[in-house]
Amino acid sequence: MLRTCSILLAGLAAAAMTSSVPDAMAADQVVMGFIYVGPKDDYGYNQAHSEGCAGVQKLPWVKAIEEASVPETTSVQETMRNMINQDGAQILFPTSFGYFDPHILKVARQNPNVQFLHCGGMYTEGKHPKNVGSYFGYIDEAVYISGIVSGHSTKSGKLGFIAAKPIPQVLRNINAFTLGARSVNPKATVQVIFTGDWSMPVKEAEAASSLIDQGVDVLTCHVDSPKVILETAERRGIYVCGYHANGSKLAPKGYLTGAEWNWTKVYSDYAQMVKDGKTLAGGTIPHLIRGGLKDGFVKCSDYGPAVGDDAKKDAEAAKAKFMDGSMVIFKGPLMDNTGKVIVPDGQEYNQKDIELEKMGWLVDGVIGSTKS
Amino acid sequence: MSNSSIGWWGVVIGVLAGSVRGGTPFLLVSLGECLTEKSGKINLGLEGVLLMGAMSAYAVSYKTGSSLCGVAAAAGVGALLGMIHALMVSRPRVNDIAVGIAMLIFGSGLAFYLGKPYIEPSAPQLPGIPLGAWSSVAQIRAALSISPLFVFGVVVAFLMHWFFRSTRWGMHVRAVGDSPAAARAMGLSVGRTRFLAIVCGSALGGMGGAHLSLFYPGAWTERISSGQGLMAVALVIFARWNPVHCLWASLLFGGAQSIGPALQAVGISTGYYLWNASPYILTLLVMMATCSTKRTLVGAPGALGTSS
Repeated sequence: MLRTCSILLAGLAAAAMTSSVPDAMAADQVVMGFIYVGPKDDYGYNQAHSEGCAGVQKLPWVKAIEEASVPETTSVQETMRNMINQDGAQILFPTSFGYFDPHILKVARQNPNVQFLHCGGMYTEGKHPKNVGSYFGYIDEAVYISGIVSGHSTKSGKLGFIAAKPIPQVLRNINAFTLGARSVNPKATVQVIFTGDWSMPVKEAEAASSLIDQGVDVLTCHVDSPKVILETAERRGIYVCGYHANGSKLAPKGYLTGAEWNWTKVYSDYAQMVKDGKTLAGGTIPHLIRGGLKDGFVKCSDYGPAVGDDAKKDAEAAKAKFMDGSMVIFKGPLMDNTGKVIVPDGQEYNQKDIELEKMGWLVDGVIGSTKS
Repeated sequence: MSNSSIGWWGVVIGVLAGSVRGGTPFLLVSLGECLTEKSGKINLGLEGVLLMGAMSAYAVSYKTGSSLCGVAAAAGVGALLGMIHALMVSRPRVNDIAVGIAMLIFGSGLAFYLGKPYIEPSAPQLPGIPLGAWSSVAQIRAALSISPLFVFGVVVAFLMHWFFRSTRWGMHVRAVGDSPAAARAMGLSVGRTRFLAIVCGSALGGMGGAHLSLFYPGAWTERISSGQGLMAVALVIFARWNPVHCLWASLLFGGAQSIGPALQAVGISTGYYLWNASPYILTLLVMMATCSTKRTLVGAPGALGTSS
């Protein structure tokens, strides 16, 4: 019995090996691999990417494979190797922030012919392998619009922001939200709570309750899945702005607007580049790809029923300025919330400025600190 | 001041309300574990039961539109998983810790697998019991909207205490847990008593999951439990196998969870990682304070963890 088993196993292994020869060499097919840190239908970050994956799959010459709930440990390396060796993926999108160092870097060095694209701003030229690149959207533009609508909608002047970790992308959203709100309501303040990790449902609900207890009447967030926060806000009868994906179904009364990703566009662009034989190492695929509202990388949710006409007018005006490129979110004079001048009068950072991706401060009007 | 700031009172209300909201799953799981351990067996699989309970409560509530059916389903699924555990550990020379860990991994894996389609939809929630209806302060009304499962847990805690102390069946469970040989001599069936204790305990654990997905935070996600089932096992030791002490210990652990967010809401943001870790630090301290190689713990069932 044991012997038959081992013979069978050996046979299976041999079969697996022959079938694992990459068939990606077949011309005109692009195999793309997507890896998410959480479940792909969480109303959040992972769902946004998964929708992008489903979108790019509609192209007849694309084969997209995805794997969800892959932790930021060596298991992501395993997933990447499987996608490369068994499915013949030519381009990988490990989407979580913590996948980058050391996991992507390690697998990328071992597979120089595969393109590795990481979502976020951690790629540094010269320091990291040539077949690694990064893409990200200027979602702070859509968050700024959320801020404008929130600034108009609040009665108490207190806004709440539930964030995961004080990293540059998160701080940039907090600051954009605050600047947007204060552009229409200079007295508004934004109270920040850091939960400490990307997905902590109990802590997020606890943070939302605490903020609402303190008189906050508009909430928004930057966590992996805003679902619990949206539902808590709706239950307590306050307003809320979504993040990552459209959450209006979860808060039909209180949903104002929200910042959403539009990854289908980004992934389709990459698919085309790979099909044309372009590579990161050859310099034909740019190492940094960025875009905002104007480029269609991000979008705003449709306004909820509670949004007033003034709010809509100001939000649309700001949107128009983003579309014609005349809007600058971070322009002087700007002070941080400890009173230090961050951007002097007359100076401004446009969105592409790499300085913004190193952000380590909270703008005046935010209550909270970046220290852990 | 119905909707205005309440400043520092917010921290107090937050922690008190958090101890009830966040303490309920601890309470139900620790009561279940208490019953199991009193009979002389350990069930580490309650973390898996908690997740399966949360998932099935949410799924059934979504499918049937009735949150009560969801709670019943969670209890049923908990009992079913408990049955598997009980059948396995009733075999001779089967280690209950090892089976428990296997059940933990099995339960959570099964919950993640079956739960995929229920992450997105919104299920009907359990209605809160409005104990704060007398107050005009919105914060107090919200804080005193109590989960029916918390009330259930409190009742079970006192009932179980009475059950162990003053009833014949309670004495049987204690006898089986303290000295199986003596219990056998009394003519009791050790196997059947343990089977029932594990199944009932597991059903309570499943209902703890229902609180997570149907009341607070009120959603099904894979991170919903984040180790609460395991902490509840430690909490039983902390509570010295006394159901009423389980209640106080659960409130303490629930409150510890909400200190971090409540302090940040009033602008105290230093050290929030430390505050967030406080339930785990508490667990470690409890384990260190109660571990001793010299003697068994006061109140510990005599046959706990042995293979008799």
